[in-house]
Amino acid sequence: MQAQAPIIEFAKVNKWFGEFHVLRDIDLSVARGERIVICGPSGSGKSTLIRCINRLEEHQEGRLVVDGVELTDDLKAIEAIRRSVGMVFQQFNLFPHLTVLENLTLAPMWVGRMSQKDAEERALQQLTRVQIAEQAKKYPLQLSGGQQQRVAIARALCLTPKIMLFDEPTSALDPEMINEVLDVMTELAKQGITMLCVTHEMGFARSVADRVIFMDHGQIVEENSPAEFFSHPKSERTRDFLSKILAH
Amino acid sequence: MSAAAVFAPIQSRPPPMAVEGVWPWLRRNLFDGWRNTLATIVVLALLAYCLPPLFEWAVWNAVARPDNAACRAVGPIGACWGVVAEKYRLILFGRYPYSEQWRPLVACLLMIALIVASCYRPFWRRWLIGAWIAVLAAFFVLMYGDVFGLSVVETERWGGFPLTLMLSTLSIVMAFPLSILVALGRRSHMPFIRTICVVYVELIRGVPLISVLFMASFMFPLFMPHGMTIDVLIRILVGFTLFTAAYLAEVVRGGLQALPKGQIEAAQSLGLTYWQTTRKIVLPQALRLVVPAIMNTFIGAFKDTSLVTIVSMYDLTGALQLALGDSNWRKFFLEGQLFVAAVYFVCCFAMSRYSRWIERHLNVGTRRQ
Repeated sequence: MQAQAPIIEFAKVNKWFGEFHVLRDIDLSVARGERIVICGPSGSGKSTLIRCINRLEEHQEGRLVVDGVELTDDLKAIEAIRRSVGMVFQQFNLFPHLTVLENLTLAPMWVGRMSQKDAEERALQQLTRVQIAEQAKKYPLQLSGGQQQRVAIARALCLTPKIMLFDEPTSALDPEMINEVLDVMTELAKQGITMLCVTHEMGFARSVADRVIFMDHGQIVEENSPAEFFSHPKSERTRDFLSKILAH
Repeated sequence: MSAAAVFAPIQSRPPPMAVEGVWPWLRRNLFDGWRNTLATIVVLALLAYCLPPLFEWAVWNAVARPDNAACRAVGPIGACWGVVAEKYRLILFGRYPYSEQWRPLVACLLMIALIVASCYRPFWRRWLIGAWIAVLAAFFVLMYGDVFGLSVVETERWGGFPLTLMLSTLSIVMAFPLSILVALGRRSHMPFIRTICVVYVELIRGVPLISVLFMASFMFPLFMPHGMTIDVLIRILVGFTLFTAAYLAEVVRGGLQALPKGQIEAAQSLGLTYWQTTRKIVLPQALRLVVPAIMNTFIGAFKDTSLVTIVSMYDLTGALQLALGDSNWRKFFLEGQLFVAAVYFVCCFAMSRYSRWIERHLNVGTRRQ
């Protein structure tokens, strides 16, 4: 039955920023290989939700189990989980003082204890996967936004994670560059990795997601298959949200 | 729908040629409108008024020979560089035994060579640490003696430039890592560590350097167990280091705060530990942001070493006072001061140029090109 155990399980998770109750009674379980898109208005807690999974944020109540390990203050456990969870940020967060190649080899060498040669080999594999291998010697700021985000995806893949988290990966991009990033993500989704993606790219949600989650006020308002989500949303709030973002 | 127009980008052209030459430059920069012209004329007039007498005093009428009578004869119309020619060894090496002064000379040259080598980025490797230990050991062996048939020279006789160089170099080299730890400590999540770092910085910054040196020199021995002494030089060195590190820690903290939080989150999300993140991501970026401010502190620390005269140590400025103790030459203190000022200026200017150079080199790739 091990194969059927969820890879991520939130049970009554609550979190506050000071007085602000940002996550409220979150119950969510994600199956291995599942692709989930999370959407919702800003401030609804969707980024915080996925940032809890690799403990960039701590939850204060409830249980959160990732890949069989419960997230607590145990630093070693957190570091182990971070090794099997890759993350891509809205602002790319590449290391500007390192070349593209060095950005990618850093974690394999220091966290994965690989030799420089092996790390570089793997880095080039990943750069080829996101179709940007020819930029390996450049510095991040010499690349376009779309290229930077693809490097960031490659960097997250270098430790061969089981789970990939995307936190609004296309929100900081020029419109012309959004598709090159979405293409890479779609390609990745086909390969069976567990994905949680905060995004408002509804076309991507429709074609890639197994499940769409709509959040508001720190709660999960609706979970649904993409087909149902877009055509027959269960909740009034979802319908309202969709009408606003799909109006144009 | 009609056929879409074909988009043809306009070929890029070079910018309009700037007008070259002396006259266009002068017109553009110095005689650009009546206000600018007036300002130029006033400045030129001032220079014409000041420069010739200065030149006459410093060069034309000056006496360069160590000839006391000639110096006195020329009076106030010419500089007496003879005081430097006569006393330069006392100024540069203080009370170090005259016949042994090759030792501080060699020690200083070694140290300067090492400092210059350390400035070069490809040399920032592990062996450089070994080189520092070796050169510092050689410095102290040469200065102190007692081995290889070198006679013993007590630290109280050390002085002049070697003392200035040693105090500033060592205090900077020790203060730098300490300041990084303190700056990191001030951002620690552990209240105990944070408090210690805050108290240390505020306490040291709150008192004048002179007080720190006095405490190191006179009060510290009172707390030592009876019969146990630590050389005053080491106590002063510790005082300098603690003082410099407190200022430097605030500079480094400024750099740490300027670093976007996303950088740390990205490193964490890759599974890097706190120290790996600090070493590989945080410090390389934070420190290069504050290179000018760091160098500012270094230059300040270098010049602050002149305050050791108040605890009876004769650094470069102190040694000058010793030299001017000779009543024959006391009159020519101005020339002596100018000489010492020139030595300080050369060192500080070199540091400042290096700061600009290294800043450019470290920023390769980190700015959009």
